[in-house]
Amino acid sequence: MKELVVISGKGGTGKTSITASLAYLAGLDAIVADCDVDAADMHLLLNPSYSNTENFYSGEVATIDNNLCIACGNCKDVCRFDAIIISDLQYSIDSISCEGCGYCSKICPVEAITNHERLVGQMYVSDVRTGTKMVHAKLGIGADNSGKLVAYVKKKSKDIAKLLKKKYVIVDGSPGIGCPVISSLSGADLVLFVTEPSKSGFHDLKRVIELVEKFKLPSVCIINKFDLNLEITEEIVAYLEQRQIDFVAKLPYSMIVSQMLSQGKILVETDNNISREIRGAWKSIIQKLEK
Amino acid sequence: MKIAFTSTGKDMSSKIDARFGRTDYIIVLDDTTKGIDIIDNTAIANEAHGAGPKTAQKIFEVKADVIITGNGPGGNALTVFKKSATKIFIGAAGMSVEEAYQQFLKNKLSEM
Amino acid sequence: MKIAIASGKGGTGKTTLSTNLATYIAKNKQVILADLDVEEPNSSIFLISDLPQHQENINKMIPEWDGDACIHCNKCKDNCNFNAIIQLGSEILVLPELCHSCYACSELCPADALPMKPIQLGVLSHYSKSNLEFIESRLDLGQEQAVPLINQTLEYVDNNSSGKEIIIFDSPPGTSCPMIEVVKNSDYIILVTEPTPFGLNDLQIAVETVKLLKKPCSVVVNRAGGEFKGIDSYCEEENIKIISKIPEDRAIAKLYSEGKLLVGKHEGFTREIRNIYNLISEKEERLSI
Repeated sequence: MKELVVISGKGGTGKTSITASLAYLAGLDAIVADCDVDAADMHLLLNPSYSNTENFYSGEVATIDNNLCIACGNCKDVCRFDAIIISDLQYSIDSISCEGCGYCSKICPVEAITNHERLVGQMYVSDVRTGTKMVHAKLGIGADNSGKLVAYVKKKSKDIAKLLKKKYVIVDGSPGIGCPVISSLSGADLVLFVTEPSKSGFHDLKRVIELVEKFKLPSVCIINKFDLNLEITEEIVAYLEQRQIDFVAKLPYSMIVSQMLSQGKILVETDNNISREIRGAWKSIIQKLEK
Repeated sequence: MKIAFTSTGKDMSSKIDARFGRTDYIIVLDDTTKGIDIIDNTAIANEAHGAGPKTAQKIFEVKADVIITGNGPGGNALTVFKKSATKIFIGAAGMSVEEAYQQFLKNKLSEM
Repeated sequence: MKIAIASGKGGTGKTTLSTNLATYIAKNKQVILADLDVEEPNSSIFLISDLPQHQENINKMIPEWDGDACIHCNKCKDNCNFNAIIQLGSEILVLPELCHSCYACSELCPADALPMKPIQLGVLSHYSKSNLEFIESRLDLGQEQAVPLINQTLEYVDNNSSGKEIIIFDSPPGTSCPMIEVVKNSDYIILVTEPTPFGLNDLQIAVETVKLLKKPCSVVVNRAGGEFKGIDSYCEEENIKIISKIPEDRAIAKLYSEGKLLVGKHEGFTREIRNIYNLISEKEERLSI
C-alpha cells in the first residue's frame, strides 16, 4: 500500500479539486483521506454517505459546578484567557476562550472546577460516489485542527486500506506549515505540491518544500493556472529543477474549472485539455509510487 | 550501545513506524546483549499537542544512543535530543525493524 | 468602526479586497489596515515599497527554569497540560512552542524556580502612506501560536487609533481561534466567498461562527458569474446581504499574480469597491448616531 499526500501551503490553489480528480482516477484502488480539516471540501465532490460516525475529542475544557462554587474569584484571578464569566453572580466558563490549561481547577479551594476532554468534532468513514471509501472529519466552531486529528484520520484510512487490500491512500493534506501538515506528511511515500504562479503562491510553495525536504520525502509538483503569469511559472519550474522535484502537469487557467466545480463535478469527469493533463499527471504519479 | 526504533508492532519483524512522536511502539535493542525492550506508546494518540517531546522523553529515559525512524522528529523533540546527544537516523520507513537495523550497520541510513 | 474581512478558507480574495478597499478609502479618509493573517501575511506585497516607520518585537511569556532554586518536586510537569515541560533526569526542559503562557507551572511552583520571561513570537511593522496606516504582524518561522500575536497587534491598533479612522482587519482564514479572535474584536464582518459548492460550504461555517459571536455580517462574492446559485439562496434564507459581486475575470487574476492593486486599474473592480465603501459609510453613520 502506497500513500500520496497532496499539499499546497496556501489556500485556493486548486488542491482539493486536483486531489478529488486523482481519487476519481484511482477509483477502487484507493482510499481517500481528507486531512484538510479546517476547510474540508472533498465531500462536496465525492458525495460521502456519512455512514460511520465517531465523536472526536481533543484537548480539554473546564466547567464549573455551581452547586459547589463559593464565588471566591480565585479562578478569575489566575485565568490568562479571560475565560471565566460572571453573570447574575454565577461563575461559568466561556468554552471558546478556555484553552484547557487547568490552572483554575488546580487552585479552586472547593474543587468546583473540573477539566474534561473537549468534543471538537465528528469523524466519518463514508462510501463515496467513486465506489471507494473516504475518511473525513467535521470540526465544530472554534475547534482547531491538530496533529492528533490528522494522525487519527490517517491511521483510520490506512487501517481500512490494509483491510480492503487497496493499492493507494490519497491524502488531501492540511494547509500551512504547522503541526497538522507535519502530521499529514508522516508516512507518505510521495508528496504532491499543488501551486499557482502568483507571488504569494510561490512564496508559500518554497516554505512547504523546505519542510518536506527536512523529512527527505520524494515529491512532485503540479502548477495550476500556469498561464496566468508565465514569468513566475518559469521561476517555479527553475526552482523545482534545482530542488530535483519533477513537475508532472501544468494546468491552464480556464473557466471550465469553476463551471465544473459549481456543478459539483470532478475535473476529470469530462474530456478536455485540463482532464487530459491531470490523467497524464496521475500516470507519472503511479510510476513514482510503484518505484 | 542501545538503539531505539519507532515501530508499528512489538517484534523485530514489525514495520518501522514512519512517525516519530506518534509511533505506536518503541523497540529498544541492546546490541551487545541483543536483548530487546518494548515500550508501548499507543496512549500517545490521546495527546492533542506535544506528542514528539513526550515520546522523546521516553527514549531519553531508556538512555538510547541511537534512534532509527522514518520521517524524523520535529523541532520540539529535537530540543530534547540535543540535551542527550542522541543520534537520529531517518529514512527507514517501509523497512522492518530488523532490516532497518541491518541497513544501519551497513551505514546506509542517513543521519538527521 | 472596525471591519473584519474574513472567509471560511484561504484563497477566496480576502487580501485583494482588504488592500484595495483600504487604498480606495485612503483617497478621502484616514484608514488603518492591519494584516492579521500572521502566518502568511501577504498584504504587504500589494502595498509596500518603503521601509517601515516603526517596528517592534512581539513577545509571549514562558517560564525559565532556575536549576539552583528547583527542589525537583516535578509539580510543574504535572501542572502543564500542554506537554511543554519535560523532565530529563534532574533537569527541567521548557518547550516554548508548546507553552500557552497560562502561568500555572510558574505560579504553582513551591520554590519559585520557574519565573516567567518574554520570548519573541513575531514582529509587528507599521507603515504610513498619507492617509493609510498599514500594520502587519508576522509570526516567526517555527512559531505556531497566532492568537497571542493577533491580540497584541489588536492592542497596538487600538493604541494608535484616534477613534475616527475606518479600521480594516485582514483576518486569518478559516474559523478556528485566530479568526475568532479577530471577529470578536470587530464591529462588522465582511465574508468573502466564491460561487461554488466549496465557497458555499465554507461560507456556511463562517456565518455560523460569526452568528455565535453575535456580530453583524454581509457577503462579498468573488469570481462571480456562472450558474451556481447556492450562495444567493443561502444568503436569502439567512437574511444576509450580498453587498458586492466581483466578476470572474482573467485580467483581475493576472494583476493579482503580479502583486498589483486593482483600484484605478480595473474599472469594474473599482466600481465594486466604491459600492462596498458607500455601504460601509452608511453603516458608520448609523453607528455614530
